[in-house]
Amino acid sequence: MKRSKATRGGAEARALDDGGGAHVMSWVIAIMLFLTLLSGAAGLATAHAAGALDRQMAGRLTVQIVEGETQRRDAAAAQVLRVLRTLPDVARATPVAQADLARMLEPWLGSDAEAAGLPVPALVDVDLTSDDAAAIARVTAAVTRASPAARVDSHATWLGPVGRLLDTAAWLAGAIILLMLVATGAVVMLAARAGLEAHRATIEVIHMLGATDRQVARLFQRRIALDAGIGAVVGSVIAGGAIALIARQVGALESELLGGLRLGIADLGMLIALPFGFVALAIGAARLAVLRQMRRML
Amino acid sequence: MANIVQFENVGLRYGAGEETLCDVSFTLRSGQFHFLTGASGAGKTSLLRLLYLSQRPSRGIIRLFGEDAVILPRDRLPGFRRRIGVVFQDFRLVPHLSAADNIALPLRVAGMAESEVARAVREMLAWIGLSERAGARPATLSGGEQQRVAIARAVIARPELLVADEPTGNVDPAMAERLLHLFSSLHRLGTTVVMATHDWHLIERVPGAHHLHLERGRLVDAEWPEVPPPVPPPASIEPRAPTPSPRSTIVRSGL
Repeated sequence: MKRSKATRGGAEARALDDGGGAHVMSWVIAIMLFLTLLSGAAGLATAHAAGALDRQMAGRLTVQIVEGETQRRDAAAAQVLRVLRTLPDVARATPVAQADLARMLEPWLGSDAEAAGLPVPALVDVDLTSDDAAAIARVTAAVTRASPAARVDSHATWLGPVGRLLDTAAWLAGAIILLMLVATGAVVMLAARAGLEAHRATIEVIHMLGATDRQVARLFQRRIALDAGIGAVVGSVIAGGAIALIARQVGALESELLGGLRLGIADLGMLIALPFGFVALAIGAARLAVLRQMRRML
Repeated sequence: MANIVQFENVGLRYGAGEETLCDVSFTLRSGQFHFLTGASGAGKTSLLRLLYLSQRPSRGIIRLFGEDAVILPRDRLPGFRRRIGVVFQDFRLVPHLSAADNIALPLRVAGMAESEVARAVREMLAWIGLSERAGARPATLSGGEQQRVAIARAVIARPELLVADEPTGNVDPAMAERLLHLFSSLHRLGTTVVMATHDWHLIERVPGAHHLHLERGRLVDAEWPEVPPPVPPPASIEPRAPTPSPRSTIVRSGL
């Protein structure tokens, strides 16, 4: 007997009718995938931002010389800069120009704070050769010895909570994706069971004609794969549009902090793989549900 | 003649109630025609369910095609089922499939190539006189037409054993006669037939048929009532037996 999988597929698929609720599965998959893609994009972008922030904070210090009298402040700043540049732990020490500082403070202190007698500190940005605590302690001690008016701020100390928040957000997005996958699997299993129940009479006939459990499961797999595929396309297109829109709006903010929120090639690859994963998950869940139910029949 | 079916002291009990079938023992040999009779509730359908492997017995031994069907692993049952054709009392046609697709189901389940399926279905539709209704859905067919589609589906794969549960129960006498001739034609082609019926007139119309009679779940000797003499079927409704298919189109179980 000749066997023809290609021709058999379409004919076998007709054994199950549309059942009225077939497109509900497409919509469920579309919505779940849309939410998962958004969560995934948010999670990956946040993880990217957290990584960028980590790299920014690692081994970076700001030395602040707080001295009311301008000449003494500048002398202390020069002394601190000299000392910093001799330290082996310091890769780079750069004074922040007073003009830049004045511009940064302008929104709060006005355009001529120094002339008004307000004490404006001198700042030195320091990049360390390593970010370990001992190096920070050695540099802090050396700076304090060079000028008692100098105060050392580690970026990790003040940006740490932001980094932790971003890390938490990234993990949360990961957890949401996992929950979505579990929920999708459960929904598909329920749908497959409901489909099996709706087609019970047909399945029993096919079963009595000698169909194996796998043949029956294949009928449902085809149905679910088609519905999930349609849902995946719809969900992906809508999510892709939403992600592109948000990315454009974030880019327009020109924020240094939010600038880290971006998706790399690998991130996009992971997001593109998600719809395929959804369809595979749906097919697997349907197969599992049908085979379990079929084993209850003789 | 080889034994196709052998029942030894078979009992069947649903739940905790009384046995529906009790100490049923019989043998069906290859190529025989058997009628199964008994009052409603005597256990005919239960016995047929055991025959077409829809149910396992509570006790006893059932040998089917030479193998112990009671202990047969579940994954081997489909192969056995493909050797059995079943005509259900309520037809059980798939409502959204056409007559042709319903008839094709056993062949598709067996994995036959579509070109061969189409040819076999065409032959079968011609045999049951429904070529013109090939695309009709069951809901649009008359009771008799549905019955013929159900029978065609049961026999298209040339089963070794054909089990029919009161296949003439819902049709008029003329149609019943016609259907009986379909079964007889198949029997002549070598299939063992077991037909449950209430209709003693039909039994008389198959000379040489064997008879199993159930009373309250037990097989007893049948009493043959007075029946009118058999009348030959009208020539116009004599079914045209299909040309014996070449080996390639006969679906066997692969066992």
